[in-house]
Amino acid sequence: MNNTDRNPKLSAQFEISYHQYLDNDGKALIDLPAQLEDETLLIKLYKSMVLTRLLDKKCIALQRTGKMGTYPSTLGQEAVGVAIGHAMKQNDVLVPYYRDMATQLIRGVEIKDILLCWGGDERGNDSPLSPQDLPSCVPIATQITHAAGIASAIKLRHEERAVVSTLGDGATSRGDFSESINLAGTWQLPLVIVINNNQWAISVPRSVQTAAQTLAQKGISGEVRCEQVDGCDVLALYDAMQRALDNAYQGKGPTLIEAITYRLSDHTTADDATRYRSPDALKQGWEKEPIKRFRNFLHHRNLWDEGKEKSLYEQCEETINKGVEEYLNTEAQPPEAMFDHLYEELPHSLHEQRQQLINKTREAGNE
Amino acid sequence: MSNNTLPDLTMVEAVNLAMAHEMRKDENVVILGEDVGTNGGVFRATDGLKAEFGLRRVMDTPLAETLIAGVTVGMATQGLRPIAEIQFMGFIFAAMEHIICHAARMRNRTRGRLSCPMVLRAPYGGGIHAPEHHSESTEALFAHTAGLRVVVPSSPKRAYGLLLAAIRDPDPVIFLEPKRIYRISKQAIEDNGEALPLDVCFTLREGEDITLISWGAMILETLQAANKLAESGISAEVIDVATISPLDMDTILSSVKKTGRCVIIHEAAKNCGVGAEISAQIAERALLSLQAPIKRVCGYDTIMPYFRNESYYMPSANDILLAATETLNYE
Repeated sequence: MNNTDRNPKLSAQFEISYHQYLDNDGKALIDLPAQLEDETLLIKLYKSMVLTRLLDKKCIALQRTGKMGTYPSTLGQEAVGVAIGHAMKQNDVLVPYYRDMATQLIRGVEIKDILLCWGGDERGNDSPLSPQDLPSCVPIATQITHAAGIASAIKLRHEERAVVSTLGDGATSRGDFSESINLAGTWQLPLVIVINNNQWAISVPRSVQTAAQTLAQKGISGEVRCEQVDGCDVLALYDAMQRALDNAYQGKGPTLIEAITYRLSDHTTADDATRYRSPDALKQGWEKEPIKRFRNFLHHRNLWDEGKEKSLYEQCEETINKGVEEYLNTEAQPPEAMFDHLYEELPHSLHEQRQQLINKTREAGNE
Repeated sequence: MSNNTLPDLTMVEAVNLAMAHEMRKDENVVILGEDVGTNGGVFRATDGLKAEFGLRRVMDTPLAETLIAGVTVGMATQGLRPIAEIQFMGFIFAAMEHIICHAARMRNRTRGRLSCPMVLRAPYGGGIHAPEHHSESTEALFAHTAGLRVVVPSSPKRAYGLLLAAIRDPDPVIFLEPKRIYRISKQAIEDNGEALPLDVCFTLREGEDITLISWGAMILETLQAANKLAESGISAEVIDVATISPLDMDTILSSVKKTGRCVIIHEAAKNCGVGAEISAQIAERALLSLQAPIKRVCGYDTIMPYFRNESYYMPSANDILLAATETLNYE
């Protein structure tokens, strides 16, 4: 017995890979895989990141001027959503958390709708282009279990589609995440889970969240393929997403990707990160940011210049202004709309309350 | 004996029959939960279903109620009609976030783009000498949440018809099965696929002198009390609410307006129980028809005691009889 204790056999052994293709200055660290040599794709990735950043800036301005509600910025994390959005196929299903504006834009959600959501109007979740995508999920990590359910339905029906769900680093502490990882491995679900590890759960840093060396390794507990990726490197992310989706399509089960980013913004517009984050940390965060890095890469490849940059910014401004205008011109739903989608058909017992509300608002209007 | 005629069934067998019927009819109907597969559920509600419909449609899940509820929500948004079993209602609390924050809201949040046609079944209620956490009645927690339907059958026939309706309903249904009466009696049930309505109470017995309002297992004691009253020449109307939410007050109000007296009986705690809502609505809409104050016979506002004392917690037929008599004698 003692012998065994002194010389235990190894039951299992694990390692976590880390993927980075571009350095902070946009120089390729490896020969890029062939699929990343597609110029159209490269430009598309860049344009989506810029659009996301400019829209993000506009959202904060709208909130600060009282034209929108609390908004969670994606500043510095644009590459994650953009890589996911462009890697997914339209008939895949996105189950996003609340910092996934970039992915939603690519999946066809209109700017107006994104603004409506954060502007307090449920109609923003009624996106016509990705009819099966779930709306942004506010309760932390719960969306991963829904994604597992959707992936179960897809597997049950033998469809060649996948589900992608996202969460932040703090969300990996919740049971919903662990329970979903466990099921995804057990049922070999066509599911890709992407952690946007932006180092902060509101004010709590990654180091206080968990003692685990990586968040990716949480996949190992459920026999889910897992890896770490530089989350400010849109190319490494895109490639990781493609590998994960291909595995899902081919029935080879789930993948967990930990994208390492840095939140360059406050948690939301209701937060003040100067209370808990040092200016130095923020400065270091900016050194890794994805857009400058990728622009340098495109410059190195002679795919980009100042003229293109200028015209892209103008295009984005135009698109955003149009969306903002549509949003601001969208009248609020009538008050009684709060009754209209509780059930497929409004139960008899609620008709009276609905009518009371109509009468009350009519009286108020007549005063 | 015709082909459709089955031996008389218990309530748990009727639950099984309804699920099997709907699974044969609609391949989108699937079952998931703990021990629902080979074991057929700890109460045998899913007995034989895995053998008939296979692993793909009768899924043993990992032991995680949060996951079960969340996965059910996800499946439902894909147009499946999942029936999830929560092994006991006492374990449903880990699933509450998904029930309240997601299942109940998906349709509303997406303005009808997505919905959750799902059933969450859970055995509930006391009286079977079960361990702690296995005997509570917390239907009011669900009734307080808009977007859900809350249904409690009180007989094998109603279990069959109401569960069929719940599975076919386009919105999430919390289907609470009073386990004390799972096997207490049998009824002949024709497996004809006929669903019962989810928006009306059932008048089990018509009467003129007093209205007794109850649901679930307490219907048993309520009917016993009504029989006793009949022996003294008092005719009690007995209403089985069955659909706790949305609540059909029309049936209740017209009965109370007729009898002028009523007793509400439920096993759940009195404080903020569904009986409180029914009382309030009667007071709001039929106060002047009342000839006596409304009485409630309920569980105490305590924690359900361990089972040596659980019978003291549960309302008895005699409690109901006493309350009814007081109500009848009020001048």
